[in-house]
Amino acid sequence: MEWIRQRLDKIKEPFAPGKKYEKYAPAVNAIDTFLFTPNHTTQKGAHIRDAVDLKRTMITVVLALIPALIFGMWNAGYQHFTQLVDAGTIEAFTFWEAIGHGALKIVPMIVVSYAVGLGIEFAFAIFRGHEVNEGYLVTGLLIPMIMPIDFPLWMLALSVVFAVLVGKEAFGGTGMNILNPALTARAFAFFAYPTYMSGNQVWVSEASSVDAISGETILGSLAAGENASYSMMDMFYGFIPGSVAETSTLFILLGALLLILTKVGSWRIILSAFIGAAVMGLIFNALPSMGLTGNQLTNFPWYGHLIIGGLAFGIVFMATDPVSAAQTMKGKWIYGFLIGFLSVMIRVFNPAYPEGVMLGILLMNVFAPTIDHYVIQSNIKRRKKRIKSATTQVKTAV
Amino acid sequence: MSKDIRIKRGLSLKLEGEAEKELVKAPRSKTYAIKPPDFHALVPKMVLKEGAKVLAGDELFFSKYTDEIRFTSPVSGVLKYIKRGEKRKIMEVIIEADPEDTYRDFGKMDAASSDAEAVKQRILESGCGAFINQRPYDIIADPKDTPKAIFISAVSTAPLAPDWGFILKDKLAAFQEGINALKKLTPGKVHLGVDASSAQYLKDIKGVELHTVKGPHPAGNVGVQIHKIDPVNQGDRVWTVNPEDVTIIGNLFLTGNYIADKTVAVTGSEATNRKYFSTKIGAEVSDLIQKVDEDVRIVSGNVLTGLKLAYDQHVSFFSNEVTLLPEGNNYRAFGWLPFTYNNIHSNSRTSLSWLFPNRKFKPTTNLNGEERALVVTGEMEEVLPMDVYPMQLIKACMAGDIEKMENLGIYEVAPEDFALVEYVNTSKIEIQDVIRLGLDLMITEVG
Repeated sequence: MEWIRQRLDKIKEPFAPGKKYEKYAPAVNAIDTFLFTPNHTTQKGAHIRDAVDLKRTMITVVLALIPALIFGMWNAGYQHFTQLVDAGTIEAFTFWEAIGHGALKIVPMIVVSYAVGLGIEFAFAIFRGHEVNEGYLVTGLLIPMIMPIDFPLWMLALSVVFAVLVGKEAFGGTGMNILNPALTARAFAFFAYPTYMSGNQVWVSEASSVDAISGETILGSLAAGENASYSMMDMFYGFIPGSVAETSTLFILLGALLLILTKVGSWRIILSAFIGAAVMGLIFNALPSMGLTGNQLTNFPWYGHLIIGGLAFGIVFMATDPVSAAQTMKGKWIYGFLIGFLSVMIRVFNPAYPEGVMLGILLMNVFAPTIDHYVIQSNIKRRKKRIKSATTQVKTAV
Repeated sequence: MSKDIRIKRGLSLKLEGEAEKELVKAPRSKTYAIKPPDFHALVPKMVLKEGAKVLAGDELFFSKYTDEIRFTSPVSGVLKYIKRGEKRKIMEVIIEADPEDTYRDFGKMDAASSDAEAVKQRILESGCGAFINQRPYDIIADPKDTPKAIFISAVSTAPLAPDWGFILKDKLAAFQEGINALKKLTPGKVHLGVDASSAQYLKDIKGVELHTVKGPHPAGNVGVQIHKIDPVNQGDRVWTVNPEDVTIIGNLFLTGNYIADKTVAVTGSEATNRKYFSTKIGAEVSDLIQKVDEDVRIVSGNVLTGLKLAYDQHVSFFSNEVTLLPEGNNYRAFGWLPFTYNNIHSNSRTSLSWLFPNRKFKPTTNLNGEERALVVTGEMEEVLPMDVYPMQLIKACMAGDIEKMENLGIYEVAPEDFALVEYVNTSKIEIQDVIRLGLDLMITEVG
């Protein structure tokens, strides 16, 4: 390590302040600080500091995503080969064939997402003279994980460009954005290339090449008025078609566990969002008892809503994004609850957009500052009231 | 009468290098220094010139804009040197000490039976006004104000903080007299916060409202206690005094002399002789600690709020503690990997240090990261036991939005209350500095 350190110091020389390539220092620093936590010491204020930094926080989220990602790779292959087996094209397939098929699809998506996104991040860091922020480490992995498996790479690249430029940098960069950048990318793709983002041909790898396909998502079939053809346990484990990494509630919950244990993700948001979704589901389930006939979507059991579609993935990994979420404790409860509640509502009322959670979170991203505003307003009111009661006390004393 | 204050949110850092409870007389320093920058926002005006002879208690300089506040010499000797910084700003006033102190005689006075105005005048002319700070703004108190209450915190919760019970146990008579004097300065109450250690000595102090404070740091911060007992509203003034400084005020009335005795605990993992030293205000650091090199940081005060000192400098005016820490100017390979480097304490759970709640940590001055935009939410609230939204207040201070700062409670906070917030902050922003700048803006705009 000592040798690498010395090499790095040598490489960094022309980038030092006052030297020829000073402008490009953020790019070199990003690579340096990736290898080594710098030797910066405290100058003002507290002389000692906590071991945590933004890199650590973001990498923890990446770690939490890994189980769902690996499952997603396997499931992509599994869905693909199962179709082939059903169609009689092949006899059987192995675990490694499945994971290999998925990896061949997904790894290029991840590479493109990181290359394009980090390229823009580095450019902005150099252009605006600040260090490269770590936020994109998470965003860059999230984006391929929430896309359909056969999503063309150039569309993915364009979605990334849109998300980083319009979703983030236009607002002032990391920490200032209103919308979750990964969801911004998905929303862009969803409205720009609808044929690649919805329907029943896109959720299983190379589905269009197979005849007699049944590759639609559960939400898709429910919206079409059919019953779901998978068991609840299949849905929970994730042996179902869907976006790359959203299918397995089990592995998403594993990630959630890591986020909650490390306090990186807010358990308040995760819990309240699931409660919100369950409440909305229960309300729909109760329609028949009120004399209203529902449809397949409203009658779908409330617990089923929690484990199908992108709900769990969205709640655990996107709703908890601290920048676009509510920032106050009370605000987080309200924010999370409404995300769950609205996601199921959109999903049921508007079958044209079966992925309600994306719109639910984006909508609440927009309202998060408003929620915080009212929470903080109550604190301000309390403070003003205290002044009032203090002045009346003085008056009575006089 | 005792009332309990229970603090739940906060963080008591357990560090290596606590001072042994043994009081040692420090050697008499050759020089003593009073440093005007120790008093925030003070503009000093010198009274004496270099070479003048002074008695202990003779005026050295006063506050240009509030000329009643005087600063006097802690020892007798010769005013050796006035050290100036940029724009001839006075940085240090250094007095070469006589072998023995001779005191200026202010005359004895029984504070309890004296006129309030006379008590105030005595405190001001002796230089004891310098010990009294005000909230809001955490600056030296203006004698023209009438505070609604006076707060003293004898609660040690800061990391490696000196034990107030141990420091005060032999000075109880002076402490009581100091309280009698302070009581004359306010129509309200004098509140005294005590913890389990200081309570055994201070429980019989008269003329105060006693509060037993329990909980993690920053429970010992006087600001947190004010917030729980009688919060500062817009337009209010409360005053705060450090416990040992109360005894200096008390001694002034008992003996008629300004006896600037200070107990300084030497702490920290790098200190070899970790004891309590009995010395005077502004003593040379080198008389208290072993010779150290650049790889050790000398902090006057505690590790969260103290001031960095060089080996040949003097202890700060308000410090009861000198802490020695290893400098952390080294690289750590892959420091961002979660669950590695668990020997560095973290309040977040991305390190496994939380699995060892009783382990004493040996922190260095490494920043453990780089400055970033504020991203993580919820971590600040965990260590700030006040009904204040820290992140929103910090952002208001950064933006200089006075109305927002007022609404969010800027009058109730001091930089030291945000020391733990700064410690746990993932984005490594110098938050105490941000709050200080916010307070400075309030001073100039609102006053």
